[in-house]
Amino acid sequence: MAVDQNLKIELGKQGIFVTTIEELYNWGRRSSVWPMQFGLACCAIEMIATTMARYDLARFGAEVFRPSPRQADLMIVSGTVTKKMAPQVVRLYNQMAEPRYVIAMGACAISGGPFKQGYNVLKGIDRYIPVDVHIPGCPPRPEALIQAFMTLQKKIDGQPLTGEGRPRFLDADAQGEFPVPEQGEHDLEPTSNKGVWPVPITIR
Amino acid sequence: MEEIKAAIEAAVPGAQVEFVPNPSVSAQHSLRLSPESAVAVATFLRDDSELAFDFLSNVSGVDWPDKEIAEKVKVTRQVVKTVDGPEGKVDQTVDETVEETRKRVEPGLLEAVYHLYSVAKKHGPLVIRMRTTNRSDKTQLPSLTPVWRAAEFQEREVFDLYGIIFTAHPDLRRILMWPEFKDHPMRKDYIDPDDFEYEPTPHDEVLKRAQAHRAAAQGTPPVEEGAAGA
Repeated sequence: MAVDQNLKIELGKQGIFVTTIEELYNWGRRSSVWPMQFGLACCAIEMIATTMARYDLARFGAEVFRPSPRQADLMIVSGTVTKKMAPQVVRLYNQMAEPRYVIAMGACAISGGPFKQGYNVLKGIDRYIPVDVHIPGCPPRPEALIQAFMTLQKKIDGQPLTGEGRPRFLDADAQGEFPVPEQGEHDLEPTSNKGVWPVPITIR
Repeated sequence: MEEIKAAIEAAVPGAQVEFVPNPSVSAQHSLRLSPESAVAVATFLRDDSELAFDFLSNVSGVDWPDKEIAEKVKVTRQVVKTVDGPEGKVDQTVDETVEETRKRVEPGLLEAVYHLYSVAKKHGPLVIRMRTTNRSDKTQLPSLTPVWRAAEFQEREVFDLYGIIFTAHPDLRRILMWPEFKDHPMRKDYIDPDDFEYEPTPHDEVLKRAQAHRAAAQGTPPVEEGAAGA
């Protein structure tokens, strides 16, 4: 149930704070999104720069990078995901506790980038796990990562706790574990998770 | 280079060394060793006090696929011709020389190339090569890891991407691709998985691949893009 903004401000002037459970809950969630400490390629260098004093990602509540997937809320896929590495990335995502989010950082993580037409690079991590925010760039600047982080916070803020569009961890029927691809004789098997990434149809 | 070749032949009995000239500007000539005597030659190159190639910089693989060579050959054949004779038309056998194009296939092979330097004597690079018999079942070459330890990972990479089997290598496993992987991706005839994401308006090579992909997906023969009128 939404609170009338003007009434809220008026009550605030009188020293009364009015909110909803949903607002409070989402405020709590979005203000302490802890990323996982894990980098794949050169984008990781930009991610490290983002956390340092000049860009200071801690301003957004992401002050600690957790070295364990159990303690992390956000996976920043920072760099090229090779087909040899992809099963491990999916496994790490499965080990993270809900609520969990993914930012695909850089051209390689969102599409394969310059290695797209190669034989050994995954053409985007969104083929196997659900990605919340994609950032283009090679590598993206720290400002772009901060922008992605703010986009993610807006997304969390807008999530209702019940009904359609509620987050996955509040939906008992939602898929919780994502299948880890097998390393086959010629390619990863399967080549994508159809439930997460429907194969696009090219219209000519 | 000729001096090194002479020194090898003098020091290692039975060593077969072939001089491979490089006609380009860089003129980086090389020596081709026979696989049988390669380890002995390599040990000599490392231990000789004058040459002292103590540093292996680089190991590469080269794939030479089967090459079809067209040659023009003059062939003389007997041809029966109808000729006007004194008593009407007569069949006559005449020799005729025809130019014919013959094709022969030069079998392909794999090659390993080693770049050597001498830190002690400050000279190099010396390029040595070895060739396999063919590129299907006889792809064994002797490993030079016992001579230069630096060859270990690079020979593993050559094995992974080209499929050259280095005998006497201490730990010959795939290094870049996963162990279940069966192909050798750097070979010229490697067929990569059909997971290409086609752009809306493909051209040339990509167009051919896109058509083959669509045909495989729909089970219909490929259609020319112009004929389809798209």
